[in-house]
This record gives sequence, structure tokens and C-alpha cells, in this order.
Amino acid sequence: MPVTLLVNGSVHTVDAAADETLLSVLRGKLDLTGTKYGCGEGQCGACTVLLGDKPIRSCRTPLSSVAGKPITTIEGLEQNGRLHPVQEAFLKVEAFECGYCTSGMILSAVALLAKNPVPGEREIQEFMNGNICRCCTYPRIVDAVRLAAGRGKEQTR
Amino acid sequence: MSVPSGAARAFDLENAEQSSTPKLHDAFQLQRREFFKVLGGGLLVGMCVSSLAQESGRKPGGESEDDLPKSLSAWLHVAEDGKVTVYTGKVEVGQNIRTSLSQQVAEELRVPVNSIAMVMGDTALTPFDMGTFGSRTTPIMGTRLRAVAATAREALLGLAAEHWQVSRDSLAADNGVITDSHSKQTISYGELTRGQQLVSLVPDAPPLEPAKDWHIAGTPAAKVDGRAFVTGQHKYTPDMTRPGMLVGKVVRPSAFRASPISVDGGEAGKIPGVTLIHDGDFVGLTAPDEAAAEKALKAVRAEWKAPAQSSAATLFADLRKPTSEAGETYGMDPTHTQGSVEQALAGADKTLAQTYTVAYIAHAPLEPRAAVAEWNGGKLTVWTGTQRPFAVRDDLANTFRLPIENVRVIVPDTGSAYGGKHIGDAAVEAARLARTAGKPVKLMWTREEEFTWAYFRPAGVIDVKSGVSKEGKIVAWQFDNYNSGPSAIGTPYEIANQKIQFHGSDAPLRQGSYRGLAATANHFARETHMDELAHLCGMEPLEFRLKNLNDPRLVAVFHAAAEKFGWGREKSSPTRGFGIAGGTEKGSYIATCAEVEIDPASREVSVKRMVAAFECGAIVNPDGLRNQIMGSVIQGLGGAMFEAITFDNGKITNPHFAEYRMPRFADVPQLEIVMIDRKDLPPAGAGETPIVGTAPAVGNAIFAASGIRLRSMPLVPDGLPKTS
Repeated sequence: MPVTLLVNGSVHTVDAAADETLLSVLRGKLDLTGTKYGCGEGQCGACTVLLGDKPIRSCRTPLSSVAGKPITTIEGLEQNGRLHPVQEAFLKVEAFECGYCTSGMILSAVALLAKNPVPGEREIQEFMNGNICRCCTYPRIVDAVRLAAGRGKEQTR
Repeated sequence: MSVPSGAARAFDLENAEQSSTPKLHDAFQLQRREFFKVLGGGLLVGMCVSSLAQESGRKPGGESEDDLPKSLSAWLHVAEDGKVTVYTGKVEVGQNIRTSLSQQVAEELRVPVNSIAMVMGDTALTPFDMGTFGSRTTPIMGTRLRAVAATAREALLGLAAEHWQVSRDSLAADNGVITDSHSKQTISYGELTRGQQLVSLVPDAPPLEPAKDWHIAGTPAAKVDGRAFVTGQHKYTPDMTRPGMLVGKVVRPSAFRASPISVDGGEAGKIPGVTLIHDGDFVGLTAPDEAAAEKALKAVRAEWKAPAQSSAATLFADLRKPTSEAGETYGMDPTHTQGSVEQALAGADKTLAQTYTVAYIAHAPLEPRAAVAEWNGGKLTVWTGTQRPFAVRDDLANTFRLPIENVRVIVPDTGSAYGGKHIGDAAVEAARLARTAGKPVKLMWTREEEFTWAYFRPAGVIDVKSGVSKEGKIVAWQFDNYNSGPSAIGTPYEIANQKIQFHGSDAPLRQGSYRGLAATANHFARETHMDELAHLCGMEPLEFRLKNLNDPRLVAVFHAAAEKFGWGREKSSPTRGFGIAGGTEKGSYIATCAEVEIDPASREVSVKRMVAAFECGAIVNPDGLRNQIMGSVIQGLGGAMFEAITFDNGKITNPHFAEYRMPRFADVPQLEIVMIDRKDLPPAGAGETPIVGTAPAVGNAIFAASGIRLRSMPLVPDGLPKTS
């Protein structure tokens, strides 16, 4: 069944079953592999993408529910070779070790800052609590979100 | 201390634990012509491993990565355009060695870090390496690459001297350029190597820069390819595609040790492009894409028979049973004895006997095990996230009866491992499916498969018996570890009479390496027991430790942690407690302080604040090290507080993130790290040891607040119990 998707500002028509997950289509049919499989259960946040400016778990999202709606993946954050401020902040603070959770973390953070441009530390923790970093780089991720929000100080390297 | 501690022994243990493959048969011979055919002209510097064996503190003899006299362990190429490429069999799994090794090469070769390309973990391109584990990359591979780079630098200086017909003494290398201080002429490395096919081997004692003079190593360096990770561009194994590639799935048995009675493809066969493969106990399928593969997997009807198996309820009793085989001691003398524990216990003023347990836990790397396998005639190439690419290559060669040279394993930088990716199950499965399919196959385990079919950190039971004098000196120490392992089993405290023993068990679950190995369990038991002894003697816990300690490096981290934490400044109360613990393993030292808060109504325990003081010799990348220590300490909170694998009759009963609680943002305490930089000491690895202080520090803090002594990890999976 052809389904029209609006991903990172481009229109894609894919042939997929209505119940196929958005994650499966992004990775398998659009080659947008920056979005990761972590659990398939909506528990770890590795597959987070934005629907409008809300974070969704693409592993639990049937394709039919997002047809025609604006989706942003990690590949869509960079604009004209310029990183998104949240990407910049993650890079600057080096808020990752293995990097596998990073796409989901960044998109969750982008969604948080869209909701509240100056979140406090507790709000960051609560909003991001659905994203797992098994390397446990959590303190630096909080630092990166604060830096992107313009309130954090850069970690002394 | 002759007890198993120290990096070399730990490495041997881990290697013996994991090495199911025979020893290396294919020591790499330097084929000069072949090299330059592949690499182009320039300067090639290689290193025979035997020459630095002593520097690593190891004795010659025995089987290990240090003792393969004919093989090259590392090489480096300076191309005709000045580009530097370094080849190492180590792999990047998030511990940031791509960056820290680059820094060490840059330091000695005197080039910018970003001019170096590291080729890692590719069995066709990189020299043999036993594997990336045991905190060995920094002390061993780092030292080797420094030697290789220093040799290259000296060779380039020699070339320049020859080129200008001047004395080497007037030449200096910096930033990839050699300058003659007299004539002020300059020449780049690329210009020097143009048109050359030079080979150098590292001499026995290459002139290495001492850590105190480092100006690239020893400074904070950003991850060399960090941008690829924040833009989603880095390709992990599951992100790879090959032309014509299919998606593979394995039909998993109903329980461990099960074999199929019947397999019926049912509707699966009607899905276009789906092939069912049944080979012995292995059942799998291939499909054109993920959706079709999942649909087919659901349609397969397989019946299995499985033997009755034990459950978590009887785990600790089962582990105490004698093993059916004599093995399981990893070829090591399992007992360390000095003095007479029996006599010392009889003569002690006070004695204490307690038992500690640790549960099975899962690595749960966020990137599940995955592989892409591609056959080309009789040749097999597999991309997979593993810590032991050469062992996986050998495993594939054995499984498919191929000559080793026909198998190539390539490890893309991997979404973490923590000791969990030593074996190549996904690689073998993908290769088996690809062989029948006649096309490349990608296989990625689901989270449930990860939690079920990988292996676990061993559960264990540890009995400690001790005796103390009325002055607070420990006089007797008996330590028996069942199943969890011998790493860091010895005590760093000064005790005249010791009996320390590791006992293998018939483990109910598949088990293997985990970050820090048994050092976590052994430190938990030892440092909890130390706390108990301090209270028994009526002594302050830190004071009691220091009274029994002579190791100046361990003393130093205890002091550093205590000072930063403000240890002793405040008394514990029923709702707030402070705990301390420390230890040493793999050549590095950790002391950890923890502050916990107990909610008297809900009995929920939360860790509010931690300080970790860590020392691992000379620091190579302070920024990367801080990240490793931080991650290790917080990851340790999982096993300390709530992580446990549960199982029943051959099945894992909590194989999902929803049922297996791991540290999340809300669990993270305020954490301060103190790093002691010992530029006078060689660098040790650092990815593992910081984890070992977490559990005992937290447990001791819980006792300080509540008077309840918890002796099982995890400590508070269901909140604080009413009694010990």
C-alpha cells in the first residue's frame, strides 16, 4: 500500500503495510539509519523522532498514524551544513560514549527545548527519563541540554 | 602480594574464560611488497610484540597477546602525501580509544591528532589482537603505538638529515614538518617519504616521550569522529546495507538447551521471498525486508523439547554445589594461602563470618548483537560488533570449515559492549543464513533475544570469615568465592593470615565477561565486610581501612575521595547515610563515597551524591577518562541497586527493559570525580575499575542510615527491607 511520508521536509511515497512501524520504514526503506532500534517496546528512546515538535517512539508508531505529518529525524536537524544547537552542545560537552543513544537523546532534547527553552535540571531529568544511555553519560547529557538552552556552562575538559 | 590481582593476571583469566578457540596459528609475517601494493609508497613501521613484553610487566612464556614472537602487533604508515594511518586490532566500543590512541601516536610522531586515521578491528587489514578487554588497550596497545610512532619519527629525522646532509642534532620534528635549526629549512613528512618504500622495525628500547613532557597526550581531546555521532551518520553494524541484502531471523527455542521436535513453516512460506532454513538445532529464515521477516517469524510453528532446569529461587544453593567437572578454575591455582587462618581465627579477639551474594545481570548494550554476512565464492566477510574480531574469525572458519584466510571480520565502531560482545553468535547465525540464501544477510537480535541468548555477568556466593585484634588489626581473612570469578579476589589490606579461594560451579545460565569481571562482586563482599569489621571494632570505617592498609596508591585515593566528599563532617541519620569503599584492580585505584537518602514511608532508597577518586597512572585523555569514570560509577548503580536477571526452568522471566530496571536520568546522583594524574607512572586502563566501588559504598551508606546490613546485590530492588 503506498503511504506518503513527510520526512525532514521531503515527501516520500513508500510501499508498506499500514501497520509497519515508522522505525522499520525509516531504516529499511528510506535509509535513514540515524534512528536506532533499541528495544522495540518504547522503553529506551533510541528510536525517538519528532512528529511536529513532539517526540515519538518510532518503534511503536504505525506508519498509517503519521502519514502526511511532518517528521524530523536526526538527519534533518543539520541545516545547510550547520549543526542544530543541541547537536553542537552534545559535541562540545561530548555527551556520549558509544553514541548509539545519541540520536534519540538529541531529538528528545530538541523537543524539550521547543516546549520550554530554559528547562531546569529536574525538568530535563524528568523529560528525558524515557531515554536510556547504557554508558551512563547522563550528567553530560544534562550539561549539554543546559548548554543548548544557553544556561549551562561548558564542562571543563 | 602474590594473590591474583594486577592487570596481567586478570587479562589471562579473562582470556582463559573466553577463549574457546585454539591458539593462533597464523602469526603475521611482514610481506614488504604486499604492504606497499596495498598502502602505496612511503614509510612503514612495524613492531614485533616480543620486544615490549617486559615493559608491560609480563614474563616471557605462556600464551598471550604479548608473546607471539614472530607476529607484528601494530604498524603505522606515513604515506607519500604525509597522511598517517595506524593499524590496530583493537576495537572502539565507546571507551574512546580511537581518540586516546591517536593522541599517543600524535604525541610521538609530532603530528596533529586529526592527521591520523586509525584502522581498527579488521582481520584482513590489522595485525592480530587477542581482543579489546581487560583494560589492556591503554597500557599495552598505547605503549606499542607510541613505540611505533617514535620509531617513525626517528626514521623521518634520519631521512631529513640524509636529505640535507646535515647532523640530526640540529633537526626538530613538529606538526608533521622537520626543521633544521641552523639553516631554517623545512621539509614535510610527505615530501620525505615520496617515492620511498621504507620499512622500519621498532628497536628494543625506542625513545619514548616521558608523560611529564607530553603536550598532545595528557591533554583533553575531543572524540576524533564525534560529529558523525551527533548527526546520525556513523554506521553501526545494524545500519549497514549490502547490494541484494536480505534480513535474517532466528527461530529461538522455547527454553535453554531445547532442541526442535518439529518445525512447520506454515504461512511463512507463502510470503514472497521468504526462505526457511533448518539445520540441526538451528532454525532461521531470510526475507526481503524487516516487515516480511517479522511476519514470517510469527508464522513459523516450531515445537521444542527442553530438559527440566533450575530456577533463580535455588540459585545460590546451586552455586555452592561441587562442579561436575574439575575445570572452571581457568587454569589458575585457585587457592592463595599464607600463614594459618585457622590458628589466627582461634587467637583473634573478635571474629566475623558472613555471606554475600550477587545476582546475574545483563550487559544490555543499546546496540544489540548484529551481523551482516556476505559470501563471495568460498570467501566470507562479516561485519559485526565484537570485542574479539580475530576469535570470531576463527569461530567462523571452524564452523564453516574454511581456511582462516578466507574469512574476514570487520568491526564497525560499536554501540557498546561492557564485556558482553566477546563471542560471535550473531556472526555465525548471519553467515549460516547467508550461505543458504546466496545473498548478503543482516541479522539484528531483538531486545528480548539480547536479554535471553547473550551471556550474563556470573552470579556468585562469597563467604568471608575474619578475625581482628582489639587494636583493630585484621589478623585472619578467609574468602571463598563460588562462581562469580577470581578477579580482584585478593585483599589489598595487610593481613598476615589469609586463605583465598575461587570455586567454580555448574552455572545454570550462560555466563562470561562483564565490565570489571568479578572485581565488582569481590569488592562488594570485601568492602562490605570491612565496614562490618569496623563497626564490630567500634572504629570509624575509613580509619579502620587505613589502619590495615599500606598501599600508598590506595591510601591516596581514599584520602582524595574523603576530602572531596567531606567525609566525617556530618553524622548519618535514619534518613541519610554516608558510606565509603575502595580498592584496586588492573593497575588502577578507586575510592568511592556515597550519600543515600531513605524515605521512611515508602522505604525507597535514593543515592543523592557520590564522589569517586581514581588513579590510573599517567592520564592520556583527561576528558575521555572523566567520561569513563562517570559512566562506570553510574552503570555500577544498576547492579548495586536494582538490576537482576530472573529465570525459571530454562527461561529468562524479565527479558525486557520494562522488567529489567537500569539506571536512568532520575537515578543519577550528584557526582564528583577526582582524578589523580601520576605522570611518573605508566598509564593503566580505566574503563572497568571505577565500577567496583559503587555497590559497597552505597550498601555501607544504607547501613549507616538504617542499621540494616544488606549483603546481596542488588541491594534494594524492592526498596529497603525491614531487616538484614
